[in-house]
Amino acid sequence: MSYVKPLPEEDKWSGPFFEAARDEKLVAQRCAATGKFFFPPAPVSPFTRDTNWSWAELSGRGTIASFVIMHQKYFPGFGDEVPYPVIEVELEEGVRLISNIVELGDRSLEVGMPVRVVFQKATEDFTLPLFRPD
Amino acid sequence: MPDWDLRDKACIVGVGSTAYGVFPETDAVGLGVEALRAAVEDAGISFDDIDGVILNRLPYDRFAEVANLQTPYLIPTEAHGRFSAIALMMAVEALATGRATTIALVYGNDGRSSKMKYGGGAGFWAPWGFTSPGASHAMMFRRHMAKFGTTSEDLAHVAVAFRDHATKNPAAVMQKPITVEDHQNSRFVCDPLHLLDYCLINDGGVAWIMTTADRAKDMKQKPVYVSGYARQDDFSQNSYPADDFWYPALQKVAAQIYGRAGVTREDIDGLMIYDNFSPTVLFALEGMGFCKQGEGGAFVRDGTLQLGKGRWPTNTSGGHLSESYMQGWALIAEGVRQLRGGQVPPERQIPDAKALQFLLATPVAASIILRND
Repeated sequence: MSYVKPLPEEDKWSGPFFEAARDEKLVAQRCAATGKFFFPPAPVSPFTRDTNWSWAELSGRGTIASFVIMHQKYFPGFGDEVPYPVIEVELEEGVRLISNIVELGDRSLEVGMPVRVVFQKATEDFTLPLFRPD
Repeated sequence: MPDWDLRDKACIVGVGSTAYGVFPETDAVGLGVEALRAAVEDAGISFDDIDGVILNRLPYDRFAEVANLQTPYLIPTEAHGRFSAIALMMAVEALATGRATTIALVYGNDGRSSKMKYGGGAGFWAPWGFTSPGASHAMMFRRHMAKFGTTSEDLAHVAVAFRDHATKNPAAVMQKPITVEDHQNSRFVCDPLHLLDYCLINDGGVAWIMTTADRAKDMKQKPVYVSGYARQDDFSQNSYPADDFWYPALQKVAAQIYGRAGVTREDIDGLMIYDNFSPTVLFALEGMGFCKQGEGGAFVRDGTLQLGKGRWPTNTSGGHLSESYMQGWALIAEGVRQLRGGQVPPERQIPDAKALQFLLATPVAASIILRND
């Protein structure tokens, strides 16, 4: 069955993020001068405004900072899943990701819930980082 | 040098608006021109008097062609509603520096009949099914709920108050009264936000005519003075739902606005709050210091924002939630009509209104104080 959800917009800044995800690694850019991570991918560090940054692997651990339940059908690929939850994860390193929760079981979503990254292969080219309760 | 030298230097002397609804027979340019004609007539000027133009959401070259406005000063602004405040500030500065003497500010929107979509399409978070400004505000509000104990029912009081105002506004798109229960029973669009937490996308146009205080003195309408404004941007979380509700930026605005306008908060008779989604009203009230951070939910209960009931009648036209989403432009027009007195139905009039404050909680945090004396 073909994958019908929206695919990532891979560009020259976000490309390495999605390449790493294919290898089941969660990465973000880290500013060399401050050691701080930043996201979404950008040409320069917002802390120094220069290109002195590198990709670094994240622990993949964080907490749910917020979440919503999408009831509106905005994307055909998500149409059959409404209502579906979307979580905002604050990672240990300080950056945030918007993602989906898996393996929730009979637990209910809560702000503050610890989560850990898992990877789900969407297509040959794209693997998405998702999160499960930790 | 004083920190602020623009107090009461510019006035709004004309306002015009179209009907709000579905108008496939025209387009944004047509609606903008219709609103501008109404504003020109309201101000008692002629099109030849206009020597400056600031446009929002309109194709500037086509608009100038169709409206036949050949001026030395024309500035287009982006579609975001925050540009309602920015446009007004730009006009004050252009008038104060003599770049123009009579400025037409025009907004036109055909989003409803052109089936403008806020959500879906491309975006960094689309692969995870996250899209739309409403979802971003829902994410922010959930955080507010978890942090401060705010509830969806708190938001209902905002929606109910604005709808009550809309029942007194023949131009409002939604005029059927609603209750807290109606709000709670309305369907979720993005939980925790219900349908009645969302603004109303419609076609329409709004225009203002602004000029210097000196010129305004002898004009047709009682002048409405721009007494003060302040703005602080924070785009640091532009790709995310803001985790601070823009509070620090709003606090900075709050610290400047009253001194600049020469009034205190107690002098303010009513509010115009940019209500793209109902939580924004709480964020604005907290950030601007009308209540403590986290207490916005409790603050809006018991009709605080409701005309005839509470201390702070807010969005007396019905606002974006019940009149129409004219992205701040119709809120300012309502404020002008309120301050002139006698231009809205008596049951909608804020008694003896002398000063009104516009509040904008977005990555551009801003506030404007308008006065009539």
